[in-house]
Amino acid sequence: MPTGNLLEVRNLRVWFPIRRFFREALFVRAVDDVSFDLRRGETLAIVGESGSGKTTLGKTCLKLIEPTSGSIIYDGKDITRVSNKDLGWYRREAQIIYQDPFSSLNPFFTVYKTLEEPLIVNKMEGDRSELIYKALEDVKLTPVEEFIGKYPHMLSGGQRQRVAIARALILKPRFVVADEPVSMLDVSVRIEILYLLKELQDRYGISFLYITHDIATVKYFSDRIGIMYAGRFVESGSIRTVVSDPLHPYTKALIDAIPDPDPRNRFAERKVIPGEPPSPINIPPGCRFHPRCPYAMPICREKEPILHEVEKNRYVACWLYG
Amino acid sequence: MEDLLKVRDLKLYYRTRRGIVRAVDDVSFDLRRGETLAIVGESGCGKSSTATAIIRILPRNIDTYEGSIILDGVDVMKLDDGRFREEVAWRRISMVFQGAMNALNPVMKVGFQVAEPLMVHSKLSRSEALSKARELLGLVGLPSFVADRYPHELSGGMKQRVVIAMALALNPEIVILDEPTSALDVITQANIVNLLKKLKREESLSYIFITHDLALASELADMIVVMYGGKVVEYGTAEQIYLDPKHPYSQKLLASIPTLRTDKKLEFIPGAPPDLVSPPPGCRFHPRCPYAMPICREKEPILHEVEKNRYVACWLYGE
Repeated sequence: MPTGNLLEVRNLRVWFPIRRFFREALFVRAVDDVSFDLRRGETLAIVGESGSGKTTLGKTCLKLIEPTSGSIIYDGKDITRVSNKDLGWYRREAQIIYQDPFSSLNPFFTVYKTLEEPLIVNKMEGDRSELIYKALEDVKLTPVEEFIGKYPHMLSGGQRQRVAIARALILKPRFVVADEPVSMLDVSVRIEILYLLKELQDRYGISFLYITHDIATVKYFSDRIGIMYAGRFVESGSIRTVVSDPLHPYTKALIDAIPDPDPRNRFAERKVIPGEPPSPINIPPGCRFHPRCPYAMPICREKEPILHEVEKNRYVACWLYG
Repeated sequence: MEDLLKVRDLKLYYRTRRGIVRAVDDVSFDLRRGETLAIVGESGCGKSSTATAIIRILPRNIDTYEGSIILDGVDVMKLDDGRFREEVAWRRISMVFQGAMNALNPVMKVGFQVAEPLMVHSKLSRSEALSKARELLGLVGLPSFVADRYPHELSGGMKQRVVIAMALALNPEIVILDEPTSALDVITQANIVNLLKKLKREESLSYIFITHDLALASELADMIVVMYGGKVVEYGTAEQIYLDPKHPYSQKLLASIPTLRTDKKLEFIPGAPPDLVSPPPGCRFHPRCPYAMPICREKEPILHEVEKNRYVACWLYGE
């Protein structure tokens, strides 16, 4: 497998204008100056709360949303400079798995038809039913005959998500955005699906962008992690270092908020930061996290910290780290 | 501590075109005053149906609804629907429904929505009800201006607090919480859980906490009921269930939880939960159980006491 970066995102901005009558337009700054690399065959987890811009970031990388500025270099080509009608090849190579398998599958399509659709749309040559059987075997919906004629409502949540994964992988993509692929599923099923994604990644060398709000699941299916807050990365690094030794106060707060199953938890209140993330229309000046930060200093209110390397391959945007 | 609620052999079967769905099948447990009982299990195990059966908010297609629900020594199952609604529902047992925060009326101010049940049930005047509503919003940690806001102006965490305030409106003794934080972000979830802990302590509430997330359940639960396929498979204290689960299903469920701070190889439970129209014969878990024996396929194990206050329904632990 060739090494190096499959995807390089530089200074990406996605701002949505809100036009107001006779007044100047406001912008929803969903993604605001984000840069990262995705290596071949690895998984980068993007973790953040709702409204942090993580889904917009994922969709923009697929060019389902037009970026406002910045570049997205896929396999050496800047796809922001290619018009959508010349992006047919990218539509095959880059796929998405959505959060909600209850609404992302067409209720009137059988499993077979769901998987046939991308093959028809992309005019794939060859024996379609053979590809469909193979895809269902890959996601372990076996015996295939038992599932192929079923409609989504006849499947459990985990089975539906397997169909959604099969649909994303049937075109043999090299890059997949998995947008909260397990958050709608029972805890007991989540790990099974994440292990399946990992297995398919090892078999086919797919690079994943794993978008999630649940930092507890990342170490089971990711190599590196980027923490997003209000449209920006506040910390990134390898899973092991970030989870075991978080530097940014926001990362610490995210980790502190998650309970491990321990009967002693009920005797004490959990240490947790107050408040909610800012509105992306009205982002606070200085560090975006300062109104909720327990360590906020005067400089945090004035100047925005930039993401810089504090250790090898470890980036933090916080004034506590110079 | 005394038993506030005793549920015995509760059954709730639904009639459907495919046949009878045995959603709640002989469920029994006790809830002590001031304690939290968590009902845990996968989707479709009957945990939400157990809750709606207790507060008697039922759909029309009921086939069987029986058993006893003894609240403070009185079997409230014997009350007719009218008296149950007047004397028990919301006044003594209330509920926060799953996804309730998205069911707030979008064209009505939040304060009025909290006040409305007070006008109906407590016969308060409009202004009395509104001032009580502000008090309730304060109790759940919301500033009083929230009363004059519409739901779309509030964040998810604030809406969830509003829904909790509504459940507390008539001073109930028991609050049933059905996945009260499942749609929220982790930090917001932790804030809501802290609020629930505080309310439990200060208002001496008892909770029935329904969740599929055992890590989250550990934040509140004193006692745990593990349900599978409409049945209780294990029932014990939080310490017993988390530190020494007996039933193979409880063991598997615990082994499948992603943890942040410990490194363990996670397991998952192969197969799918049973179809409650035609559950497997014998033990309902036997098709997925790594320890299944011949008897498990034939005879259903009954829930029995294996240690003091520790109940398991599994042939591994004898009759």
